[in-house]
Amino acid sequence: METVIELDYIAHSFGSESVIKAIDMTVDKGEIFGLLGPSGAGKTTLVKIIVGILKPSEGSASVLGTPMPSLEKMKNIGFMAQSDALYSELSGRENLDFFASIYGLSKSERKEKIQEVLEVVDLTSEIDKPVEKFSGGMKRRLSLAASILHQPEVLILDEPTVGIDPVLRQSIWKELKILKEKGTTIILTTHVMDEADKCDRLALIREGYIIAQGTPQSLKQGIGANTIEEAFLHYGSAVQ
Amino acid sequence: MRTAAIIKRILRQLRRDKRSLALMIVAPLFILTLMRLVLDGDSYVPEIAVVDLPSPMVDALEEQEAEVHHMSEQEAHEELRNEELDAMITWDGSKSEVLLEGSDPTANGAVQQVLQQAMKEKTAQPAPEPELKFLHGSEELNLFDNTGPVLIGFFVFFFVFIVGGISFLRERTQGTLERLLSTPLKRWEIVLGYLGGFGFFTIIQSIIIAAFSIYVLNMYMSGAFWHVMLITFLLAVAALSLGTLLSAYANNEFQMMQFIPLVIVPQVFFSGIFNLETMEPWLRAIGKVMPLTYGGEALRDIMIRGKGFAVFSDEVYILIAFSILFIALNILALKRHRTL
Repeated sequence: METVIELDYIAHSFGSESVIKAIDMTVDKGEIFGLLGPSGAGKTTLVKIIVGILKPSEGSASVLGTPMPSLEKMKNIGFMAQSDALYSELSGRENLDFFASIYGLSKSERKEKIQEVLEVVDLTSEIDKPVEKFSGGMKRRLSLAASILHQPEVLILDEPTVGIDPVLRQSIWKELKILKEKGTTIILTTHVMDEADKCDRLALIREGYIIAQGTPQSLKQGIGANTIEEAFLHYGSAVQ
Repeated sequence: MRTAAIIKRILRQLRRDKRSLALMIVAPLFILTLMRLVLDGDSYVPEIAVVDLPSPMVDALEEQEAEVHHMSEQEAHEELRNEELDAMITWDGSKSEVLLEGSDPTANGAVQQVLQQAMKEKTAQPAPEPELKFLHGSEELNLFDNTGPVLIGFFVFFFVFIVGGISFLRERTQGTLERLLSTPLKRWEIVLGYLGGFGFFTIIQSIIIAAFSIYVLNMYMSGAFWHVMLITFLLAVAALSLGTLLSAYANNEFQMMQFIPLVIVPQVFFSGIFNLETMEPWLRAIGKVMPLTYGGEALRDIMIRGKGFAVFSDEVYILIAFSILFIALNILALKRHRTL
């Protein structure tokens, strides 16, 4: 298996507040890798380090063999932030057009790619309305569409399904599976335990440490737990 | 190319946000109109006392829009001091002498206009110029003409600062800044994109505000129109770069508003709208660090004194230097959000 993301004992602090203490992990090509943990565990900080927005205080992060942060590698990374990060005055299509041009896609490429991603996220009909008229779920899907426009090899999603109804959540998962089939490596953060079961591999994160990692199956079996939630509680108590 | 994408996006957003557009264009026009109405009432009829003036001149005056009173010099002096008269005209046998009350620029202007008209239209042979004296104050342009150029600069500066600063702030609060920083965009590309998008718009804004002030409100103008535009544009760029820079230190729109008394209002006091000559020199020096001081001075040179580029070129370079400084600081400030 080809390693796509490699985090080598990274630590990060904002001023005196240490958010990530020691994280060492790798993600292979074509995996859906879940970062599971309660809010405040350091998931978003970790994700920003992988994306290249933050430079870790200690240790090194590399994506596709290049140390991050690297503007060059950012071209191959798609990022969907926790907030929808859309321009509400603009229509859905104009938002996509803007992000596509940021990645340097030509006019004809943009048109083609926008159509393609809109079909993936199933938003074709209302795309010319201003985003401020979009429902929460539509914004989430548009945000996802914006992050896959440039066909990134690595897709990083921060809480992609937060505040989304079960039907929509299922459809987003369906889309993620399609991307995975195409060879995209996906990292996502979540604090929803049952969602973690859908990942290929998981890292359980708490207070800046990885308390356990492996496939959902192995994490549960190792301790005889029935659910990820039980496993999380088990490993969490072991740390304390 | 990516900067162009940002420029295009900002122009699109501005087109949708009709209210902010209106704020930047209509609000300055509205306030300038109000200022003109308040500072420069058109229909002011001056009250003038004539003392022993030859009758052809009195007749000429009476045909103008003025209330002419005949009285003795002593009476006239008395009423002038009590501000019941605007001016008194005396005759020493060969030429006239005008004494203006002087404290109200509107009245001064009206009296002088009446005198000029009367001289020009009614006296057959060229009469000697009347001697002007002031009881209070000194000869000046009227208040609107005098402060108008600075006001143009001020309103352009103020509204661009607010709208530019808040749009950049919202970029941060709505998460799109972080989203942009997750792409290969360089920090300077973002800052220049903002400058380009708003810059394009401020050119239009400058044209409209300057043209309205000069051609509709009849603000005194003796220089070149494009010079006025050049200065207002440079002021707008300085305001935009300062606004986007300071927005990094505000967490919401309300905090952005809090910069107004700190950054905008002092510029009004020090930029020459008010006379600073009686102020302590060290206090006057505060004005030297404010873009509006230079913009206002250049606009006055152009509009009131009719000067050419050579006279206000220093101000132009200083304004450009301010913008470059703010832009550089802004690119640095963005480092807080992405180290690279």
